Amino acid sequence: MNLLDRQLLFVTGKGGVGKTTVAAALAQLAALQGRRTLVCEMDAKGSLASAFDCSPFPYAARQVDTDLYAMAMNTEDSLREYLKLFIRIPFVGRIGPLARTFDFVADAAPGVKEILAIGKLCYEVRERNYDLVVVDAEATGHIISQIGAPRVISELVQVGLVKDQTKWMLDILEDPARTGLVTVTTPEEMPVNETIDLLAQVSERTRVDSAAVIVNRVLPALFGTREASVFDQLFTPLAQRALVAAAGRAVTDVMDAARMNESRRRIGDGHLDHLREALAAGPGSPPAMLYIPELFTRATGRRVVTLVAEALGEELG
Amino acid sequence: MAARARASVTPPADGHDIASLLAAKEMIIICGSGGVGKTTTAAALAAQAVVNIGGRVLVLTVDPAKRLANALGLQAFGNTETRVPNEAFTAAGVTPRGELWAAMLDTKAGWDELIKRHAPDATLRDTVLANPLYQNITGRFVQSHDYIAMERLHELHASGRYDLVIIDTPPSRNALDILDAPARMMEFFGSRLLRWLTVPYRSRIFTVASKPFYQVADRILGSRFLQDIAEFFVLFQTMEKGFVARAREVERLLADPRTSFLIVSTLEAAPAHEAAFLAAALAERHLPLGGIVLNRAMPPVLREPSAAKAASKLGDAAANTALADDLGAKLDAEPDVVRGILGEIAGRFHDIAMVATREAERRAELQRLAPFTSTAPALDHDIHNLASLLELGNLLWREADEPDSL
Repeated sequence: MNLLDRQLLFVTGKGGVGKTTVAAALAQLAALQGRRTLVCEMDAKGSLASAFDCSPFPYAARQVDTDLYAMAMNTEDSLREYLKLFIRIPFVGRIGPLARTFDFVADAAPGVKEILAIGKLCYEVRERNYDLVVVDAEATGHIISQIGAPRVISELVQVGLVKDQTKWMLDILEDPARTGLVTVTTPEEMPVNETIDLLAQVSERTRVDSAAVIVNRVLPALFGTREASVFDQLFTPLAQRALVAAAGRAVTDVMDAARMNESRRRIGDGHLDHLREALAAGPGSPPAMLYIPELFTRATGRRVVTLVAEALGEELG
Repeated sequence: MAARARASVTPPADGHDIASLLAAKEMIIICGSGGVGKTTTAAALAAQAVVNIGGRVLVLTVDPAKRLANALGLQAFGNTETRVPNEAFTAAGVTPRGELWAAMLDTKAGWDELIKRHAPDATLRDTVLANPLYQNITGRFVQSHDYIAMERLHELHASGRYDLVIIDTPPSRNALDILDAPARMMEFFGSRLLRWLTVPYRSRIFTVASKPFYQVADRILGSRFLQDIAEFFVLFQTMEKGFVARAREVERLLADPRTSFLIVSTLEAAPAHEAAFLAAALAERHLPLGGIVLNRAMPPVLREPSAAKAASKLGDAAANTALADDLGAKLDAEPDVVRGILGEIAGRFHDIAMVATREAERRAELQRLAPFTSTAPALDHDIHNLASLLELGNLLWREADEPDSL
């Protein structure tokens, strides 16, 4: 099943691995393929907007491109919308000045803040306002409490509207045909270990399906394994003399750069082997693995999103 | 006592490098976005401070990788401070001038300690600790980790046990959270919402002001759940005075002349952007930015015009001259294979050099925002013992970067 045929994708990953760029790229790819797509930034830092070279996104979805809409999650707005949609009574209090305080209480009360955010996303899915909702979700440290909130709430709260509300949310969140978690990593030790830990916790503590692991910034090999011994021999004094004679003394810097590239790639490959083994050993069928090459581009923002979307398009076929 | 222990080193007046910063300050707060090597940097600098300056140095880390924890001799989580044995230094080939201590930040234990300190009596203390919502709060309170990190820094510094405390900060949703955590704590206790939530338990009468709020909240959450929350906050409010006074002290510590912030970043676009943002935020709050540490940088030689020229020449020679045939004969390899490899090497150099140029541009931008930057190259091995930690520390300890000329 194509990843983009689901309706709700949560994109997570350790800080610094390119989570936001990948979320933006998945959304852009889906939109290009003709799916009406909403991409949502959860932490309101504006990095999703920067990825699209846009000014910060509001809570109300804004069109970015054909079939592509973007929004930034805001618990206060979500609460306001929720009250309007489900309670149908005018909200008398001014919640504006209380927003920051509301954050405190909502976060202290288990899952209230999360459920308001998740509720908004599930609502968009339920109402079929979009074919696909891509969420630039919390980093690996917080994602479990985010996607697990409706289940926690449904077990904690005995009565009330919230209790009733969790059921339809769980129907969407826990259906692997509709919802999937996408974990972004890089071929480095810490991100790989965090990914392994996270996926174990996801299957243990939630019923959300781990749809894919996307490995970002994979250094392309300079040559195949068959050529590796020839490459190593290029560093013998004999070969170095010939190279210096042909290209000048600074050629040693060029060769060193190639060696650095190769050693980094080999270390990265080791981490990826470890990742694949760990995922294969986990319960259930392992998530799809998708690879995005190191881009070597001087561009940032939308151009990078476009390049990553192209790479993902090739991976997804 | 602290001054005497370190009297042998006179910091340069300008303080514009890592060595003088660590010699002059008593608290270093390491901050920056996730995945840039904050924890490793904190540990590496602490180890170097012990070797070069001396005194009792503590590094307080947050969730370190297993190997780093092992390198520091940390086995279990907890608020306990552990001394890194001198033998570890000797094994790494150096003689420590002081003592290196390490501890991990345990948010849950940190909260428990706060409750124990501020609870007016034992009954209340136990009620809070046993409250089902309390566990949730200690783990998930907005900026709960940030506040506890600052609180621990305050406590460790005030204990008088250390000459220098280097603290690694938790991965935040927002880099500014750590700066605002004490203020938010005070704001929380002074908030109208907290008063609203606790009103019916104090007066047992719904006031006019709280009525609509309760009507709505009741319908959303269910009264039982709301009651649980309110009960908890009532308990919490009894500790207001202690908490607020303490948060104020913690906040003052951030601006203390003995404190300095050290931003850690890489030269990739997103972390560098976050570092610049953080530097501006510190300036805006009149908080002291000591410098910026840049990890995993590309070697500067990649930007040498001579290297670029050599790469072009190599590409041409591989394609157009007898170089590949010659090397093929020497290395007993197919000339076409050699040609292919050399072509790839030449081509990739330009890719890598372009990334290095981009990095230099970002570094130049960051240099305008901080007293100094100190750059460490990407290491081709993982940190797994004190020796490799000291190696990284040593790279950063050398002089600060020369301003980048572009």
